[in-house]
Amino acid sequence: MCGIAGLIHRGKSSNVGSELQGMLQALKHRGEDSTGYALYGDTDGKNFVMRFKVGENVGEGSSSVMEDVSVYDERKKIVDQYLAEMGAKIVKEERTLPYSLRYEIDYNTKDLLEFSQKIESIPGVEILSMGKSLEVIKDLGNAKMVCDRYSLDKVVGTHAIGHARMATESGVDIKSAHPFWGYPFSDVSVVHNGQLTNYWNNRRALENKGMRFMSECDSELIAVYIAQKMREGASLEEGMKESLSGLDGVFTYFVATKDSLGMAKDTMAAKPLVLYESDDLVAMGSEEIAIRSVLPQEIDTYDPFDGEVKVWQI
Amino acid sequence: MANLKTSEKKSKSQSMGMHTEVLTGRTQQKFFNPDEAENFYYFGTYDVDFNKRTDLDVKDMTAPEANKEIDNLMSQGYGTIVIKNPQGKHSLGVGILNKLNLIFEGSLGYFGMGSCDGPIVRINGRVGWSCAENLMAGKVVIEKNAGSCFGAAIRGGDLICKGSVGARTGIDMKGGSIIVGGDAGAFTGFMMQRGRIIVLGDVGINLGDSMYDGTIFVGGKIGSYGSDAVDAELTKSDQDWLKRKLKVAEIGEKFDVSKMKKIVAGKKLWNYDNLEPTEKKGAI
Repeated sequence: MCGIAGLIHRGKSSNVGSELQGMLQALKHRGEDSTGYALYGDTDGKNFVMRFKVGENVGEGSSSVMEDVSVYDERKKIVDQYLAEMGAKIVKEERTLPYSLRYEIDYNTKDLLEFSQKIESIPGVEILSMGKSLEVIKDLGNAKMVCDRYSLDKVVGTHAIGHARMATESGVDIKSAHPFWGYPFSDVSVVHNGQLTNYWNNRRALENKGMRFMSECDSELIAVYIAQKMREGASLEEGMKESLSGLDGVFTYFVATKDSLGMAKDTMAAKPLVLYESDDLVAMGSEEIAIRSVLPQEIDTYDPFDGEVKVWQI
Repeated sequence: MANLKTSEKKSKSQSMGMHTEVLTGRTQQKFFNPDEAENFYYFGTYDVDFNKRTDLDVKDMTAPEANKEIDNLMSQGYGTIVIKNPQGKHSLGVGILNKLNLIFEGSLGYFGMGSCDGPIVRINGRVGWSCAENLMAGKVVIEKNAGSCFGAAIRGGDLICKGSVGARTGIDMKGGSIIVGGDAGAFTGFMMQRGRIIVLGDVGINLGDSMYDGTIFVGGKIGSYGSDAVDAELTKSDQDWLKRKLKVAEIGEKFDVSKMKKIVAGKKLWNYDNLEPTEKKGAI
C-alpha cells in the first residue's frame, strides 16, 4: 500500500517542493519506508542537472549493506574522471549527503544512453535523474524527513510527482525507492502504486533491447517500458495507453516529462486515485487528504475510471 | 455442508426480482418480537430529538475525536448534527446505530459512514473509497462523486450518489439499494448476493461479475457483462419500483425507466460441481 501524489500548475510556477511535501506527508500512513520527489524546477534550461548516488543510506531500517565511506569518494572521483573524458563540464557541484550528489553539467548531447551507461558502469553508482528541469530526490523516511534532509521546501517549479513507499517486493533502499527516472530520457520520471505480475517477462524483453534496470522493484518496469515506447517513436500518451495491455497486474501510475504530467489506471481500477482539475491546477493523489493539503477549501474531485489515461501540459 | 432445499412458493419480493433464491431449513436470522421488547437493548444507541440541532467543526480533530464527539452529542439528545470542515478525513460518521440527521458540509475520505444502522445522512461533497460499507439501515445521500467500493457489503438502507461512482460498486452487497445518478466503474455488483443497484448512466466492464443474486438496473451503456450476469425482462412491477425509488432518492425523477436494462444472475455458478474438470469427476 504505497501512496502517490502529483500536481501540475498550468501557466505559472509555484513552490512545488513544499506543496508535494505536504501531499506526501498526508499519505505517510500508506508507507514511510522511503519517500521520493520528482521536482520540475524553474531553470534556464542550459545545463543538465544530474542527481546521482555513490552509495546507499544504511541508516535504521535499511536493507543495504554498510560500506566504508571512503568508497564514496573513490566512486565520485571516477565519475568526475568519466565526465571529463566525455567532455562534460561540471558547472556546479553539491554534496547533500556523503552518498548523494547533485551536479550541474554543461554537456551537449541528445542521446543520454551512452553517457548513462558509462557513468553507471562504476559499481555502486546510480543516476537518479538526468534532465534540464527534472530532479529526483529519494531517500529513506517519510516526506518531511526527506524534505528536511535535502532542503526541498524552497524548490519552485511547475510540476512534481512523488511517492510514499511501503516496501513489499524489494528492499528498503534508495535504489528501490520511487520515483524512477525514465532512463535514458532526459526529464522523464515515474511513480507507481500497485503490483506488476509480468515484470520478469517484460524485463527480459526490454533488457534484450538495451534498456537497463537498477533494482528488482516491479515499478521500475513502468519507467523503462514507457521510455522504450518513446524511444520507438510513441508519444507519452500513446506509450501510456499501450501500457494498459502491456503491463499485467494492478496499478495506478504517474509519468512526468519536462512539460507534461500523465496518469494511467489499470483496467480493473484496483488502485485508488482521486483527481482535482481546474484551469490552472491539476492535483491528484491516492487519497483526497493529499489534495486537501494544498487545497483545504471545498473542491470537486473524482476518481478516474478503469483503463483511463490522462495527460496535462504545463 | 448444509443441505439447502428450494421451494416453489414465491414471495412478493421474489416476483419483483429482488431475489430468486428460496431457501428452507434452519436460519440464523433473528426476528424482533414486540413481546420481548423490554428485554431488547441495542448497545450504543440513543434516543435523540430531530429538532435539537447543533454544529460540529472537525477541522482540527482526528477521525476518532470527531466520532467520539458525535457520539457525545447524540448522548445529549441532539438529533440533527451538522459537521463542518470534514476536509476529506477518513472514517467519519462510522458506527452510528440509531436514527439521526447527519449533514456533512464537505467531503469525506475513505470508509465514511461505515457500519451504520439507521441514520439519515447527507454529504454535501464527495466521498472516498468504501463509503457506507456494511450499512444496515438508513439513508445516505452524496451530492457529488464517490470512490470505489461504494456500498460494499451493505445489508439494507438506501445509498444514493448523485454523481458518478468508482469501481466495484455494491461489491458483496447483501441487501438494500444503491442508486447512482451518473456513471459507475468496472465490476459494478461484483459478487453481490442480494439487493438492487440502479445506475442511470453508463457502467464499466464486467458488470455483475459472479453475482449470486440481486438485480442491477442500468440506464446507459454497459462496458461488458461479467461472468454469470445475464439480461432479464424489465417488468411493469420493476418500472413502478424504479420510479418510486428514484423519486425518494431525489434523483432522475423524469428518467425514462422503461428503457433501462435489467441484469440478474444466470446462476450457472451456483452448482460448483459444474466447474470441476470432467477428468477430476471421473477420478472421483
